[in-house]
Amino acid sequence: MIAALVIAGRSFRSRLILGTGGFTRMATLADAIDASETELVTVAMRRVEPGSDGSLLDVIAAKGVDVLPNTAGCFTARDAVRTAQLAREALETDWVKLEVIGDERTLLPDAPELLVAAEQLVDDGFVVLPYCNDDPILARRLEDVGCAAVMPLGSPIGSGRGIANPANLTLIVEQAGVPVILDAGVGTASDAALAIELGCGGVLCASAISRATDPVAMAHAIRHAVLAGALASGAGRIPRRTHARASSPLEGMPELAE
Amino acid sequence: MIYVNGKPVQSTSQPTIRDLLLELDIDPDRAGIAVAVDSEVARRGTWPTQTLADGAHVEIVTATQGG
Repeated sequence: MIAALVIAGRSFRSRLILGTGGFTRMATLADAIDASETELVTVAMRRVEPGSDGSLLDVIAAKGVDVLPNTAGCFTARDAVRTAQLAREALETDWVKLEVIGDERTLLPDAPELLVAAEQLVDDGFVVLPYCNDDPILARRLEDVGCAAVMPLGSPIGSGRGIANPANLTLIVEQAGVPVILDAGVGTASDAALAIELGCGGVLCASAISRATDPVAMAHAIRHAVLAGALASGAGRIPRRTHARASSPLEGMPELAE
Repeated sequence: MIYVNGKPVQSTSQPTIRDLLLELDIDPDRAGIAVAVDSEVARRGTWPTQTLADGAHVEIVTATQGG
């Protein structure tokens, strides 16, 4: 069977983390949580709206899944650290998906700020899961400062372009001593399967599911893709070859001359 | 004047954080909210006692949908 994903000593049967962003209805999110069989969902931290009722947290609690706050929207280490501290206070978790963004157009991580924030948060007792570039050196530096996982992007957030640089992702996986979780860029089920086949411990999907035409069906599909990827990864794929290699025997052909 | 989530709020003199939340019709005992005063996180345990000076900038946050 498929081994569990272990992050910071915590074991997950599901290798799929679901982002709650982009769902237009709470009922759809609830159904997608069921269909995905995820055990961990991400949330962002924002100002309280007057009259808001906290229904998001109610849905998450009702489904019995854990919450992973992010620091989305933060452009500096300082803001990300403060946001993580607020999330810890509000949600009573010391886990954080650390995002420090460098640019609104690309939403790509700001590597130097990210590293500073990661180190501060680890020192402050957080379990830090940093959203990072698909840069093996940055991933190693993040692991060196004590991050519990690394979360490289496949391609930019919400782009649905899949894994743009599978070679880099493979390098990150080969060297990592912590789980590698593909974050951002997944467009459909095959992208998630590929990530796991390449050795990622898990996949985080938000837009791929929430903005699909049928989010619940896509959650179901990506759950199976992640499962298929893990089974295929364990099964050992055949090597790629330049030339064909027959699977039917070449001997014993009947003579069928005219 | 106290600034709450970027907007000026006329409050009683030197309210505690708990007083302010009640004035804003936010249940201080509700789970899932956090407060920062002048960019420093105010732990939940301090809300009944920590007072807010005139001109304080208060941020009240909660979880919202996000990836």
